[in-house]
Amino acid sequence: MPEPRSPLGQPLDRADGVAKVTGRAKYAAEFAPPDLAHAVVVTSTITRGRVTACDTAAAEKSPGVLAVITPRTVPAMKAVPADLLPKGRPPIELRPPLADEKVSHFGQAVAVVVADTFERATAAAARVRVTYQADEPALTLEEAEPTAFEAETFVGREDLKHRRGDVARALAGAAVKLEAVYRTPVEHHNPIEPAATIAEWDGDSLTLHDSSRWVHATRRVAAGVFGLSPEKVRVICPFIGGAFGSKGFTWQQNLLAAAAARHVKRPVKLVLTRQQMFTLAGRRPETKQAVALAATKDGGLTAVRHATMSETSPLADFVEPCGTLSKHLYSCPNVEVTHRVVRLNRSSPVFMRGPGETPGSFALESALDELAVAAGIDPLVLRLKNHADRDEEKDRPWSSKHLKECYRRGDERFGWAKRDPKPRSMRDGNLLVGWGMATAAYPGIRMEARAKVRVTADGRAVAASAAHEIGNGAYTVLAQIAAAALGLPVDRVRFELGDSDLPFAPATGASQTTAAVGSAVTAAAVEAMAKLVKLATTDKASPLFGIAVDQLAAREGKLVSRADGAKADAFSDILRRAKLKGVEADATAAPGEEKEKFSFLSTGAQFVEVKIDPDLPRVRVTRVVGVYDPGAVLNPKTARSQMLGGILMGLGAALLEETVYDGRGLVVNPDLADYRLPVHADTSDIDVSFVNEPDRHFNPVGARGLGELGISGIGAAVANAVFHATGKRIRDLPITPEKLL
Amino acid sequence: MSPDQDIDSAADRREFMEGVAVGGIGVAFAAALPITATADEPVPPARGPGQPVPVKLNVNGTDHDLKLEPRVTLLDALREGLHLTGSKKGCDHGQCGACTVLVDGRRVNSCLTLAVATVGRKVQTVEGLADGDVLHPLQLAFIKHDAFQCGYCTPGQLCSAAGLLKEGRAKSDDEIREEMSGNICRCGAYPNILVAVREVRQGALKEKP
Ligand code: FES
Ligand code: FES
Repeated sequence: MPEPRSPLGQPLDRADGVAKVTGRAKYAAEFAPPDLAHAVVVTSTITRGRVTACDTAAAEKSPGVLAVITPRTVPAMKAVPADLLPKGRPPIELRPPLADEKVSHFGQAVAVVVADTFERATAAAARVRVTYQADEPALTLEEAEPTAFEAETFVGREDLKHRRGDVARALAGAAVKLEAVYRTPVEHHNPIEPAATIAEWDGDSLTLHDSSRWVHATRRVAAGVFGLSPEKVRVICPFIGGAFGSKGFTWQQNLLAAAAARHVKRPVKLVLTRQQMFTLAGRRPETKQAVALAATKDGGLTAVRHATMSETSPLADFVEPCGTLSKHLYSCPNVEVTHRVVRLNRSSPVFMRGPGETPGSFALESALDELAVAAGIDPLVLRLKNHADRDEEKDRPWSSKHLKECYRRGDERFGWAKRDPKPRSMRDGNLLVGWGMATAAYPGIRMEARAKVRVTADGRAVAASAAHEIGNGAYTVLAQIAAAALGLPVDRVRFELGDSDLPFAPATGASQTTAAVGSAVTAAAVEAMAKLVKLATTDKASPLFGIAVDQLAAREGKLVSRADGAKADAFSDILRRAKLKGVEADATAAPGEEKEKFSFLSTGAQFVEVKIDPDLPRVRVTRVVGVYDPGAVLNPKTARSQMLGGILMGLGAALLEETVYDGRGLVVNPDLADYRLPVHADTSDIDVSFVNEPDRHFNPVGARGLGELGISGIGAAVANAVFHATGKRIRDLPITPEKLL
Repeated sequence: MSPDQDIDSAADRREFMEGVAVGGIGVAFAAALPITATADEPVPPARGPGQPVPVKLNVNGTDHDLKLEPRVTLLDALREGLHLTGSKKGCDHGQCGACTVLVDGRRVNSCLTLAVATVGRKVQTVEGLADGDVLHPLQLAFIKHDAFQCGYCTPGQLCSAAGLLKEGRAKSDDEIREEMSGNICRCGAYPNILVAVREVRQGALKEKP
């Protein structure tokens, strides 16, 4: 139904722009129920063991304190429901916080103090005296390696074990071979908004204002844990101040806030401190990845082995799926991918932007660069030569793939042809110049979603689904999709989201909001339009009376006869004559049989220039060119921003970011000064562009998603550029100056 | 009323420090409010950290009478006391810039500033940037150039940029990048923020005779 003036593909300003620049946008901690109390979490100072005593007397006597809640006094909480995902156990902690007195990592919640003000709660929290019996913790991958176990799937979705052909044989007889081990550190999401919840009970009904990027799951979790039916729980979150993989399902603060509110019989606000964000809100696990590649003399891949290891906590079963791209990113007859996991006494890891793809592409794409050097082939030529024309893992075609076009445009925009392949051969004055590239890829994922659409008699529409505005532009892009499907100007469509009372939407993760929720919005809009069409064509007073449905189009708030443009009926007129305030429809959209017929992969090409002072080898990224194929780009303005965000986070991971644990398992750098994030001054010229070919096999709007594609491959592109500049191959991130000395 | 008059010198410094968590704030406090450390007992004195005192804050041109404990930061006074939640808390340690506001036109981290230390000064927050419904040129430029995603760092970015422009800094791209580096944007909107600030600076230059 989209007509020539479709809002899809237009670089519109954000629908929530004014709210965000005026401070009117309300984030979870910014609601103000009357009589609000404040909770502060007390966390463990040991890494493994148990609490033997918790002296709360001084804290309880502290001014303004309403309660000090420990495992002994916490209101009853059941385990987190294990069936939150369509398949497989959720990779999160199912143990509710304060369930027992065991300590399995530094910074674990051991008590919660509630007081009438934030300052008083903070002061009292410092007076809780906890005594521990400390046990020997498991602290490093090496130490724990003998206890490693193999992971079979990632969130029930992705196979983590893959074997085709005979890798050992191919390696043995290879003309060119590369074997290396790559490492990536623990990273933290560090959204600038800390995880936050305001919990409010009304009898046995619970309302959570929660920084949740999956309000429906948070509702199910809270209902399950507190033994309520889901209708008794409402989770509201109109804006999220960034998540990047954190803030999904549940984290400690939402259940703790709800428990505290129940205990003190007042609404309670609990915001994690920045320090607590390092132990109570998820992280990316450390990885160690052994890659072996074999190729013919002219660079044809004959073997890929990617044996990965990551770590999880004693409380959650998370695996970083580093090897998933290696199964199908290149054409190769012999492939072996495995994922092993060890348990360390660290806080629970979780998804972080491009889980698997980010560290995995660092290893694979670095190894490919090393292979190119060994074979004396240009890295871009090597990738083109091994381009996967179909998905060799699943043995089926791609739905739509324009990676070769990404390479071609990136090559041109970056000026790759001028690259002298010899390391240390390019200079800018005294500075060493390095050019590196890598492939970016992220799967097209889409889960079931539901939406409703209401066209009202004033010629406007409201569309809604329990999706989330996390910086992804959901308010904007989902309104564009609804407007396109309804034939309405986009400024007459409002989108509502972030409320578990709205129709089901999946987590805002896996880059799927546009694809999943957008499809449901389209379906609901089509049904609402069918109702309008029926009203018009059966109404003798309508100029469209008796016209067949397929002869009608919707345009600028009117139904119009395709044959005779003068015959038109405005939505508002149709509804007025029918004496209706509006028509409404809801619909569910889910992936269908296309799932079995095609494989869905977004791809891109990343090119990076670095400049390095040879005396003080600090790496500066001076230029990035990224060309991407995410399917249709529905809003080039917000889409570009999302890619910039991914690229910058990738540059952070490549050069700066690392969470450091000391010899006792304590986080050494739990703040925004010592955990180094990219700042303005680290940023230079970034050139983002899109191929913009709709993937019609994937969903009606043809968009596969953007959120995670930009970060993929950046780590390797930087490392490859650093090698080109210096002749030094850095296989463990981040690439800090001392590694180049 | 000056802030120092409002604090009893017998206040329990230890309790005070305990209540405000970590060193950074202690430093700000020590600089702004000289106090003699005396008592050892953690018993709240009649006047001191656990006891609210009357405080008059001028925010965005309006006077507000509040009762605040002296240890309350300007950021918490704005967010919790006045429900002006435009100023954001990202770290509470002066490390992210999300809480940036203008005090007498100067950029400050409101999480490192005690509310009582701003008595008699003029505080401007993101809520005070627009003139009624007419947005500040920076706000318009931020929207036009998509200089934010989640929007959580945005009020701080805007206040920092407004301060910079007022100070006549931000003359080159590199200077904007350097001067804005105290405002972290995890969404990575830096390139767009740069364009927005540059555009407003150029517009402002044009307006000058
Ligand atoms: S909250 Fe003040 S600088 Fe981060
Ligand atoms: S817009 Fe999200 S942190 Fe800057």
